[in-house]
Amino acid sequence: MTINEAHQRSEQATSSPRVALFVTCLVDLMRPNIGFAAVKLLEDAGCRVEVPRSQVCCGQPAYNSGDFASTQRIAKHVIDTFADYDYVVGPSGSCMATIKTGYPALFEDDAVWHARAVKLAQRSHELMSFLRDVLKATPPQTRMAATATYHDSCSGLRSLGIKDQPRDLLARVRDLKLVEMQDSDVCCGFGGTFCVKYPDISVKMVTDKAANIDATGADMLLGGDLGCLLNMAGRLRRLGKSTRVFHAAEVLAGMADGPAIGEAEERR
Amino acid sequence: MTAHARPPHEFDARVTTGLGDANLQRSLNALKGTFIAARGHAVTALPEFEALRDDGKAIKDHTLANLDFYLQRYEEEVVRRGGQVHWARDAAEACDIVRTICREAGARTVTKGKSMVSEEIALNDALEADGLEVIETDAGEYILQLGREAPSHIVMPTVHKTTDQIADLFQKHHGELGFPDRTTDAAELIAQVRTVLRDKYFKADVGITGANFLVAETGSNIIVTNEGNGDLTSTLARVHIVTTGIEKVIPTLEDLSVMLRLLARSALGSEITSYTTLSTGPRRSGDLDGPEAYHVVLIDNGRANMLAGHFREMLRCIRCGACMNHCPVYMSVGGHAYGSVYPGPMGAVLTPMINGHEAAGELPHACTLNGRCQSVCPVKIPLPDLLRRLRHQQWEKKFVSAKVRWGVGAWAWLATKPRLYKLATGAAMRVLGWAGRDKGAFRSLPLASGWTKGRDMPAPQGPTFQELWARRTRP
Repeated sequence: MTINEAHQRSEQATSSPRVALFVTCLVDLMRPNIGFAAVKLLEDAGCRVEVPRSQVCCGQPAYNSGDFASTQRIAKHVIDTFADYDYVVGPSGSCMATIKTGYPALFEDDAVWHARAVKLAQRSHELMSFLRDVLKATPPQTRMAATATYHDSCSGLRSLGIKDQPRDLLARVRDLKLVEMQDSDVCCGFGGTFCVKYPDISVKMVTDKAANIDATGADMLLGGDLGCLLNMAGRLRRLGKSTRVFHAAEVLAGMADGPAIGEAEERR
Repeated sequence: MTAHARPPHEFDARVTTGLGDANLQRSLNALKGTFIAARGHAVTALPEFEALRDDGKAIKDHTLANLDFYLQRYEEEVVRRGGQVHWARDAAEACDIVRTICREAGARTVTKGKSMVSEEIALNDALEADGLEVIETDAGEYILQLGREAPSHIVMPTVHKTTDQIADLFQKHHGELGFPDRTTDAAELIAQVRTVLRDKYFKADVGITGANFLVAETGSNIIVTNEGNGDLTSTLARVHIVTTGIEKVIPTLEDLSVMLRLLARSALGSEITSYTTLSTGPRRSGDLDGPEAYHVVLIDNGRANMLAGHFREMLRCIRCGACMNHCPVYMSVGGHAYGSVYPGPMGAVLTPMINGHEAAGELPHACTLNGRCQSVCPVKIPLPDLLRRLRHQQWEKKFVSAKVRWGVGAWAWLATKPRLYKLATGAAMRVLGWAGRDKGAFRSLPLASGWTKGRDMPAPQGPTFQELWARRTRP
């Protein structure tokens, strides 16, 4: 550690921000490993991380179904839960976009809650953009011998401008080669409830995506949103592909050491 | 031939048809390599394209905020130049106005330039019911008219058809017009269209066009084409009728130059179309050509309602088709799956606004809200937000199925009850995690056939993050 780095660390320690992890319901239920990876990345970057126990879901399924009244109830619960932190950070562009752009819009006719929603929105960040853009952190170097391709999830990309952040961070991972797939920014067909309401369209879209992933020759698929990753992993498996699918945070934190998404235990 | 919005329950069937149509899938794939790539190049080649988008949006926003003023100014200018302006509240009124003009002109033959508004109001049906011969002069629309089909794209109406299908169609219809031999040569096919249509232009009593823009300061209507058919339609007939929506007006010719630069690049990836035709009133004394009479039918058909509420932004639409070209859903199922005159993202917003939610049915829902449409829209229409708002309207009207309402409602209820939520989901994840441990994913799952029909369901890791975090134990 250079003197500069040590100085930086000590500065971070004294000013270490109190960060609430917004786990997201999918990570909580399906892949806790991503939550632990997020905590490690945040702590390595000098944050004091807490996980508010009363958190559940951002309400996106209700919001995108047009049930605005339910979404408002959920949003109020989230705003209450996360009111007292310096930052709220989640490993998902789509959940954080709901909080950052959806909540203020939901309360446009309610001055009190609108103000609270805006306040939360300003302190809320998706994990990759928080690490690179807000903390300007350089995570401790990890190693992953693989050729990976990165899928840009739509909400993160278009609502929050997340494109270079994960790539910049992943570029530091030793022995990880990143190759771009064609149409990396085209929707994988997940779309929340869309994938089960319109399975045929969704499967067509994820089949196109799988072909683009396959064409890169990459043996690993990375992304920043578990919903999309479950969709693509599910399709790749059904097609008999051996592509390993991880959330980018798992690789960055050096926690892509267990089974990939959809992989059996025995590979461990 | 004009497509009316069909009942919503047919949506799934139309999707199945689109997905299974090998010709359609080939055509749609080809679009990716041509128009999408061309737009990308055209946009990159113009450093100020983003600024142009902002300009275009600002021009339309300003006009829409003062729409009454600009429409009146436009009307005054048209009248001052000897034209007539007619106002139509809905499709039926618009058709009646056009029919009356045709009747009073003693018309027997009508040529038509490409006009999506005329599709919207089902004008051809109305005119043919009056015994008029109606001839579409845009090559694509002409092909659809021969095949009695609806367009599947607003800029490239025949994008779903193959050369072979067109060759068959022409052989059937052009055989007795001096083209007995079947050909699949594109140039020859186009030459046939030119020859067949040439006489019709001269024979036509009335020429009907749409308008890409209306310019208030001069009373001009503007159409852009790549075939020149619009010019021939509007100048060779005795009477020129423009059918257009009220949102097409912009203040000045200077504004027009901004919109034209946006339109061709967004639609086709070209800097400009082959023809940009401004027509301003009927033939003046001394003019070499032009119609004797010039009529504009300004059509509301749901637009004034959009102006008043949350959907005003949709009225900025300049019908370039970029949203559908970049929509992964449209590109998967094709335009006919939408079952409405306007397909793709813009159609999913416009159809409920024009034809009502009952006619639109599923359309606002059949979208992943991925936002690629908004990112390429030349006038920055927030299509995903508008679609979500339409879903909200359907939710409030209880148009959403009981199953979805119940599912979303139950989840939303649980989402504000953390203890109960943890009990319910924690148990479920343990069971699923245990059951999926050996394979890592499920090929089928009860209640999840929508998912597992085409993909495996990755198994959860077992205990939830919250449970593990309480023990600080990684899975």
